[in-house]
This record gives sequence, structure tokens and C-alpha cells, in this order.
Amino acid sequence: MRGDIHFLLGNDVTIVSGIDPQTTVLDWLRTRARRPGSKEGCAEGDCGACTVVLGELIDGKLRYRAFNSCILLMPALDGRQLLTVEDLAAASIDGSGLHPVQQAMVDQHGSQCGFCTPGFVMSLFALFQDTQRFNSGADGGMPSRHRIDEALAGNLCRCTGYAPIVRAARQALASPAEDEFTQRSGEIADRLSQLQQAARQAGGLHLQFDGRQYFAPTTLAQLWQLLEQHPDAQMVAGATDVGLWMTKQLKVFDVLINVCEVVELQGIRHDQENNCLVIGAAARYSDVLDTLVDHYPTLRPMLTRLGAVQVRNAGTIGGNIANGSPIGDMPPALIALGSRLVLSSATGRREIALEDFFIDYGKQDLQPGECVEAIKLPVHDSAGQPRTGSSESGHHLAVYKISKRFDQDISALCAAIAVRLEDGKVASVRLCFGGMAGTPKRAVKAEQALIGQTWKEATILLAQQAMGDDFTPLSDWRASSEYRMLAAQNMLMRFYLESSGETVAQLPLAHSA
Amino acid sequence: MNDVQKNADGLAVVHQPLAHDSAIKHVTGRAVYIDDMLEPAGVVHVYVGTSSCAHGRIKRLQLDAVRACPGVVAVLTAADVPGVNDISPLHKGDDEIFASETVEFHGQVLFAVAAESRDVARRAARLAEVDIEPLPAILEVAEALEQQAFVDPTHEMVRGDASEAIATAPHQLDGEIHIGGQDHFYLEGQAALSIPQEDGDMLVYSSSQHPTELQHLVAQAMGRPDNAVTVEVRRMGGAFGGKETQAAQWAVITALVALQTGRAAKIRLDRDDDMISTGKRHDFVARYQVGFGPNGSLHGIDIKLAARCGMSADLSGAISDRAMFHADNAYFLPAVRIRSYRCRTNTVSNTAFRGFGGPQGMMVIERVMDAIAAELGLDPLQVRRANLYGGKGRNLTPYFMTVEDNVLPQMMDELVVSADYEQRRQQVLDFNHDSRVIKRGIALTPVKFGISFTTSFLNQAGALVHVYKDGSIHLNHGGTEMGQGLFIKVAQVTADAFGLELGRVKITATNTGKVPNTSATAASSGSDMNAMAALDACNKIKRRLSEFIAEQFKVDAAAVRFSGGKVVFGEQAMDFNELITLAYLGRISLSATGYYRTPKIFYNREQARGRPFLYFAYGAAVSEVEVDTLSGEHRLRRVDILHDVGRSLNPAIDMGQIEGGFVQGAGWLTTEELWWDDQGSLRTHAPSTYKIPVSSDVPEAFNVRIWQRGENLEPTIHRSKAVGEPPLMLAISVHSAINQAIAACAPQPQRLPPLDSPATPERVLLCIQQIRNGAR
Repeated sequence: MRGDIHFLLGNDVTIVSGIDPQTTVLDWLRTRARRPGSKEGCAEGDCGACTVVLGELIDGKLRYRAFNSCILLMPALDGRQLLTVEDLAAASIDGSGLHPVQQAMVDQHGSQCGFCTPGFVMSLFALFQDTQRFNSGADGGMPSRHRIDEALAGNLCRCTGYAPIVRAARQALASPAEDEFTQRSGEIADRLSQLQQAARQAGGLHLQFDGRQYFAPTTLAQLWQLLEQHPDAQMVAGATDVGLWMTKQLKVFDVLINVCEVVELQGIRHDQENNCLVIGAAARYSDVLDTLVDHYPTLRPMLTRLGAVQVRNAGTIGGNIANGSPIGDMPPALIALGSRLVLSSATGRREIALEDFFIDYGKQDLQPGECVEAIKLPVHDSAGQPRTGSSESGHHLAVYKISKRFDQDISALCAAIAVRLEDGKVASVRLCFGGMAGTPKRAVKAEQALIGQTWKEATILLAQQAMGDDFTPLSDWRASSEYRMLAAQNMLMRFYLESSGETVAQLPLAHSA
Repeated sequence: MNDVQKNADGLAVVHQPLAHDSAIKHVTGRAVYIDDMLEPAGVVHVYVGTSSCAHGRIKRLQLDAVRACPGVVAVLTAADVPGVNDISPLHKGDDEIFASETVEFHGQVLFAVAAESRDVARRAARLAEVDIEPLPAILEVAEALEQQAFVDPTHEMVRGDASEAIATAPHQLDGEIHIGGQDHFYLEGQAALSIPQEDGDMLVYSSSQHPTELQHLVAQAMGRPDNAVTVEVRRMGGAFGGKETQAAQWAVITALVALQTGRAAKIRLDRDDDMISTGKRHDFVARYQVGFGPNGSLHGIDIKLAARCGMSADLSGAISDRAMFHADNAYFLPAVRIRSYRCRTNTVSNTAFRGFGGPQGMMVIERVMDAIAAELGLDPLQVRRANLYGGKGRNLTPYFMTVEDNVLPQMMDELVVSADYEQRRQQVLDFNHDSRVIKRGIALTPVKFGISFTTSFLNQAGALVHVYKDGSIHLNHGGTEMGQGLFIKVAQVTADAFGLELGRVKITATNTGKVPNTSATAASSGSDMNAMAALDACNKIKRRLSEFIAEQFKVDAAAVRFSGGKVVFGEQAMDFNELITLAYLGRISLSATGYYRTPKIFYNREQARGRPFLYFAYGAAVSEVEVDTLSGEHRLRRVDILHDVGRSLNPAIDMGQIEGGFVQGAGWLTTEELWWDDQGSLRTHAPSTYKIPVSSDVPEAFNVRIWQRGENLEPTIHRSKAVGEPPLMLAISVHSAINQAIAACAPQPQRLPPLDSPATPERVLLCIQQIRNGAR
């Protein structure tokens, strides 16, 4: 294993050694690299002022994605290209000194106090690169307002009210000319490929600092071995949660093991033979979102409201499960779908129902030396019908996330409901909620009230009543116990109304323009 | 937007939609904030330790472990303050730098630690052993009212006999509304850097709206005169009132550390600590009793406003006063009594925030309008129009100021047409008739906001203008830049005064060594006052130049004009630079200070009578919302705004203030919730738990217009109007529209359930439950 971090800072190969592996990219940029353009607004990945863009090889292709550098650890840069706001102006082609997204922000008065601006510029730059690359959309690649909002959901601005920033996005994306980064993308991809190969040949990273250790293995066997050697090690993936333990609780870990470089834990694949989707534990939300939505279109609203783009670019589904949060948005949906969890270690592999993994608040069924390897989602039911949520198959699936703010908020509650109807009766049902208990939890009594019953409003009322016995939710700053229960019961009604074709049953929560 | 107003000379400087002077620096990351400055060699990093108890007696503060931590350079407590251990802006002695005997809120600073790195300082600060004996804590406004715990005496404003008018009116209503507070959430947290100078003097860089006050508080804490301290502020990464008094503590602490260690000292608060330990917008509990006629017109009203001031007075007196000054908003109150209670609680001391109490006052009267309309089954707009200020007999405020410049009737008429209010209201009613789950609401609310500090002496400003030998200009004034575009506006006025391009004017950092004794950049007064002061300085230099020309070229000084980069006199013209060279050689002073004090204003607070404001700024907004009656979630569908900025100094900057102010106000009233637990600990102290609006909260149909007929009747700078605060209150239309949607859930017109703010999904859903159950 290699003891230093190799990456491209802009276009320059940079090797960092002798650094505390818990150093965030933001701190390194601001204090060591003397690049103070990226700002710290919150140090918890929620404001976007620190947004940087990483160039990464994904399936051999160079992709530029936005990350929160305040909770991105330095070793995560290995084999990647780091671009900051300082790189953009330096790279302008027309000599104006400004990249098109920067020029648009100036022209449209997109900055006032300017503190959030570098972060917005980098998020817009990532969108600019995406738009160029895929040039999708009906009107010559101009992204919809919804797409712009999605790209900006992780960036807070307190001054402008966003309207001029949206105008700037439109100006910059109206005719996305090539920029230096697209022109050099072939060369950058080659250089990153070399870095990546070298990293794999070296067998990953092993950093040591002040008696502490950091590992980034590249194979599952290596990971198992490390977990066996260091049973108390803290595993980390996207660091969208563990990063906060460091920046806020000031935690120091003797041994950190990053699972993100393990080849076997990547991606999502369709296992035709076993009729399921297999998501690698280290697959990031952004990597699997499209495939998941292809199979389960009704998951899209929840998936695009889970964190924001910077969080989805770093965060993994395996991490969302492994940290056992009662308010993670993914577990309820996965449980409602009947997903199974693959756990493995040097001594073997086992598979459990996902809901059984969550034992109690803060307690998961993960043995020492064991890691989450994969999540398996059933694609078809036993009758061979797709669980796509289309009414023809009898399957209905919905996930309702309720939070104070529509985008980039943590759920007050999250309801995932999967029902299969046969001849107007409930043939199967799984109701799973986040935010209603110490773990993601099924509403067993409400399910019992529904199963075998006629799918009508009166049945729903009975199930709502039964749900009152399923949960004793907490009161906290996200919602009161009373509201959580009432809203959870109402989500079942919303689901019923939607499945019965009630018109205008749901709030159009996103801009369609 | 981009409706450009040309000035009389056709010069493209004033009234032009020019970009913010730092725009290019913002987008390239080259704008320098405190934490971006090159650090002086040997700088120490400072952090603080705070109380985890809302109220208690400090029994023991054991800091040995903090001191022993490797890398720690110094530890300071109340005992280490050589001067006065207080930063109260009004010298009330109730805002200690370091708590000495008791702690008064959860998050109060107990000590500071200076270390070789920020990381070490933060870690060391957590090693303190603190023993605090808990005392009974007042955590709610209601408790403070009950115990008569106040930071400032109760104040009253009376005109006519309100109780008689209410009693004899055909209809009566009473109600209560809780209006939530708001965290500023400036993106740049509190930060300061102090650098020791010779003679024990101190140079302080701070992210502050009030350099002069900070200078004084640093000097006072060091036990030195004001002239030992210089404060400089180039820009803030947002402030919104949150850096008017709240920046002082951190700057003072760095100065004390620098004084003690002889090393430069820097502090930058973590977001959580910033939110826990600094003041916010006051939450209010308001009660009203109102009597009105069958068309909704008010006969009499009695309003009680109780503000959560927190543990000290800070600016709560003036803030509560401004809430009273705006409890009428745009409406004539024929007989009125307004009482204001300034409640002392064991929570962080609340402070200035854009609107300064005005928004809370307005929320009450707008709630009254909605409640009357619901009671009578009328369109709330009809009720609002019936109560607007009018001509003689209907133009006197509760504080006996005559409203002379009311343009709301015209503006509202225009907005009703441009927003298509009437037809859309009908569509909303039709939609609600047919829709079971989703209900819509639409509302038009006006804003009338008084401009001037209500503490009259604060209405003064200074500037300093140099013309260098090469004809380049150095501009300085007492106002600070927090993103609002003050610097560009004053630069435009300055360039215009000399007839030069904007690029000739160098904008420089606010510095107490250049312009002394300034007021905070606050109360929306920044450009009104500082641009006038700068113009005064320019005029002094121009006068000297004109007299010089008159003497040299034997022309009339009055005929000299500065225009298009030239100086024109009679048939002759000369480049500005050429003139400056001649004037320098002719030994003419090319530097001047400027000064401005706002005319006409006076106020007798004892009698609550006077003219506290030079003029009013006006605006109106129509918001349409959609509410999911199963979850209480809601979305803003469309917003139309018409706002009066007089003759805009810079329409692009003003548009930014209107759009941004509205969205900030909408956040205050919907998603932004401050939540304290039963121990008085704030639990929404980071963006993960405290939710300000994001891009998707702003509707695609966001039609904002500057009122083209706007012109200040008062001779303000180029007849412009202040714009910083007023637009925030346009967002009350959002809250009102949600009220309408909730009202649509009732089977028939009935009393509105009290929708407090912020209107979170929870509050909305519980109101819907209440109205469906027919509760009265």
C-alpha cells in the first residue's frame, strides 16, 4: 500500500504526504494550498460554500461532480482531479479572465455579499459540464428549472433570493460553449487513469500520522483482512456523516478504513438469475440513481431530495444503512420493497432481511470484522410482475418524505408504502416509516389491518387507527409526536387516493418549468 | 428588470444597473474576508468555552487542563479584562465579555483560549471543568410576562380612546399570534483579527456593521481611550443586522488576547457556536382586540406586543419601539392603544435583524386584516383597502406623524392589474371548490416602512474624499459593505459628482481612522446618509476647484461644470486630470471630509409623538400558495411584487434587495424555526436543522418590478429611497395566502384558527385539523 496521496490540483500532479488523514480538503485548500476561494459556511456539508468539483473516472469516462470540501477527507482525492474556483478564472479561453458561469453570475447580479458565490460558481460549473456532456433536453440542452434547482439545492444563499442565480444558470447554459476543461478532457482522463492504475497496483492507501492509521483498500479480500486486524476500526465511505463527527464532535479515530475504493463494492447491476438489483455497498447515490429510477420510477422524488447533489455525489447507500440512522431516507423505501442485505467478512457471507439489520436505536446487526457488502432489491414479484408501481401489475409503490424544507432537509418522517392489489383486495403490503421510531420500522399492525381487505377508504381509516398502536414517535425540533403520527396516518390516505386515481391528490412539489 | 432610468445629464453612472463593485472578485474567489487575509507571523487562534446551563451561579471554572493542552498559548477569563468587562451597546452593563459570577443563557461565553492552531484551540476549550449551580430560568415570554421580568420599561403609544371605539363598533374580535424569531444565517460567520501596534494600540479587522462602536468597546475593554484603537471593515459575508452589535464580543476577545500575548489573534466561530451564542430576531407574542364596521373598516384597536429580548437589553428597546411604529403598517387606526413589553428571558440576547421589529409589528395588523375578512366573509384585499391611510382626517399615525407621501393606493391598483389578482382569486376559489386535498390561497399585502433611525442622533454620517495628483479618486465613508451594494451606490454618486467614469473612483475599506464617530450601517439608511456625506465632500472639492478656475480663467465660478471627464466653463473645457494638476500646483486642497445629518426628524418618546421618519418606503406583493391538507406542506406558486425605491440609484442593486429581502422574509415565516428544548438549549443551530430557503423554494413565476413612478418627495440623494429592509415584509403576503388556503378547508366562513409563524407543515396541518373540527 502507498503512503501518500496522488491527485491533480487543477492540471498539476500533486503528492501530499505526512498529513493527518482526517484533514478536510477545505482546510487543506485554505491553509496549506493558500487557495482561500472556497469558503467554510457550516463545516457539515449543508451550505455548499465550500463546493469544489472533482474530476473522476467513472466507467472509464471523465465526469465532473460537485462535492462539499468541508467534509471531504484529503485521502479521498487520491486518483482524482480537484478543481476549485481559482482554477476556473485561470482557465478562461477568451481571455476575459472569467469562465462562462462566472461571467453569467456577474452579468445577472448573482452575487451580493459574495461569500456563497464560489460555491455556487462550482455547482454551476458542474452543471455546465453535465449539460455539455449529455446535451439532453428538448431545447438544445437547456436544463429545466427543476434541473437547475436540483443542481443548486446544496448551496445556500442568504442575500439574493436565488432568482438572479437561476438567471445566471440559464445564461451560462443557453449556449454552453466548450471550455478548457472539455477541451482537455481526453488528456485529463488519461492522466487520471494512470493515477488510478498506479493506486491499484500499490494495493490502495495506507497513511500513518501521529500513531493513527488510515487505510483505503482496493479489494474486498483486503478489506476483510483489515477489518479482522482492526476490529475497532471506524469504517468510512462518503464521510457525509463521519465527516461531521470530526468537524463538529472533534472525534479522532485511531484506525479509519475507507471502503470507497474497493472494486467489488461499486456500482449497481441487474442479477437476472436471482431476479434482483444488486447495489454495491460503496455505490454512491449519484452512481445508482438513474438505474434505480428506471426500475422504480416512484422513488425518484425521494432520491432527488435525499441530501443535495454534493451529498449524493459522496454519500453511499451502504453508508446510509450501516450508520443505522432512524431518519435515513433510503432504508424505509428499501424495506418496503423487501430488500435484503449481504454482510460479509473474512470468515463468510450472510444475507438477512434489511429490517432485521436495525435492532434498536444505534444498534445494528453488524459483527466485528464484518462489512455491509451489498443490498439486493427484488425486481419482479413471484408472479413475474415488475414492481414498478404501475397499476396494471397491481403493484403500487410510493415514498413520501415530509420535511420543513422541500429540498436538502432531513425527514421529519418518511413513509414508504408498497401494496399489491388483486381483484380490489390487498394481496400484499409493506408499510415502512422513518422518523417514527428509533429505527426505520414497519407498521405491522396497520399492515395487518390492510392485508386481505378491500381497498377502500373505510379500510384505510381502520389501518390508520391501527397505526396508532404501531408507533410512539418522538417530539423534537423536526416535528412533534402528534404531528408525526397524524402525518404518517395521512400518508396512507394520500397513497390510497393516488392509487384510486383521485385527481390533484398530490402537491406538485417541484417546478415543472 | 433592467429598466434603466437616465439622469438629467444622460450620464451613465447614477441610476444605472451597474454590477456590484466586487462582483468579479466574488465569482473568482478573490474577494477577501477576514479568514482569507494573509495571517501575520505568529498569529494565535482563539476559541471560546461556553455555558451549558441557561441560568446559574458559576461555582468553579477549572481551566488547568485547558492551559496544559499542548499548543495552548493563553487562557482568558473575566479576571483578565484590564478595562470594563462589558459590551452592552447602550452601556447598560448587562452584556459581559466573559461571564463573571452568573450565566444568563445556554451558550454564554465563559473564557477564551488562544492556541497555535484553531483546531487545538477548539479541542482545548472542551477540556474545561465548569461547575454551575443552576438557578430558576425564564425560558418563555409568557413566564417573563407573568413574573414581570423586563429588560426595559413597558412603553405605550395612545391616540384616541381605543376601548370605547372597540366597544361601540358593530363587530369585535380578539386574538393572539405567536411570531417566531429568525437566525441571520449570514454565510460568513463571526470573525475578527486583532494586530497589536506600538504603544499598546490595537488594529482590529472585523466582520462588523458598526466599526465605531466596536472601536469604543475594544478601547473600553483594554482600558484605553478610543484613539488607541483602529477598526477596519472591507466587507462582510452577509450581516442582516446580525453584525451590528453581535460582532463586538469576538473582536474584543481577539484584542484582549493580542494585548496579553503580544501576538496577532484571530477568531472564527464554528457555525453551531455562532448560532448558539449570538442573538437573533425577536420572537413576539401579540394580542389584539379590535372593533370594526360591516365593511371591515377599523373603529378601534388595542395591541399588546411582547418581545423575547433574551438575557440583556442590547437593542431591544429600539427594536420594540419600531415594532410599535409599524403596528399600523399601511392602515389608519382611528383610535389606538399599543403597549410593548420587553421580556427578559434566559436565552441569548436578541438583536437587530432586517426590519428591526417592524416585521413583527406588521404581522399583527395583517393578521387582524385576515381575521376580519374571514369573520365577515370578505376578500381580505377589500378589508385592507378599506383601511389604508388616506387624505386629511385619515393620515395621522399612532405616533402623530402625518403620512404625506402615501402612494399605496396607486401602487396597489397597479399591482392588482399586473398580477391579475381579481381573476386569479376567482380561480383559486373555483379550484378549492373542486379540490379535496390541495387547497390554494392568494393574498395581497402592502408595506409602509419608516426610514430613519428612530433614535434621532444616529442619523448622521461622514465621508472622506481625496483627489490624488493624477486625478484618481479615493472614496471613503462610514458605511460598511455587507453585500447590499452600498459601496457601488456611493461610488456612483461620487463619480457622477465629478462627471467621471466609475472606474476613476477607488472604493476603500471602512476605517475608523478615516471617518470617525459613525453610526451602524443599519436601518436601511446606508446610502441615504453616506452618499449624501460623500456628495458633500465632493461638493467642497468642486467648489474649491471652481473658484480656482474662476480666478485663473476669469470666469464665473457658478458656471463651472464637471461632466464627461471634463471641466467645462464658458466656451472652454479641460480634462479633469489637467485641472487637478493645475490645482495641485496652485496649492488647492484636493481632499475633503463630508457630513450629513437627516433633516426634519424629531421625536418625543415620553409622549410618543413626533416625526421619527424622514419618509416612508412602500411596496406591495401578491403571493399564491398551494397547501397539501394531508401533510401541511405548502409551495409558493407565484409572486408578484411592486416596490417603491424612489428614483433608484442602481436598479440592479435595488432589484437584488427586493428579491433577496422577500425570500428572506418568506423563510422567516415558513421554514425557519428556532427550537429550544426545555433546558433552554437551542437545538436548531446549523443548516442541517435550521432551514433557510433554497433555490427550489422560489417560484418560477417571481415577477418583481421597481415602481417606475417612484420619486422621493424628500430631497434625498438623487431622490432615491432606502431599500434594505422594506422588501422583507412583502413576504407577509405568503403567510396571509397560507391563511386563505387554510380558511378554504372550512365548510363555511368562520373564525380563522391562529396560524402562528413560521408556518411549518406541522403548524399548518394542526390549524387545518382545528378548522375542520369547526373550533372557534
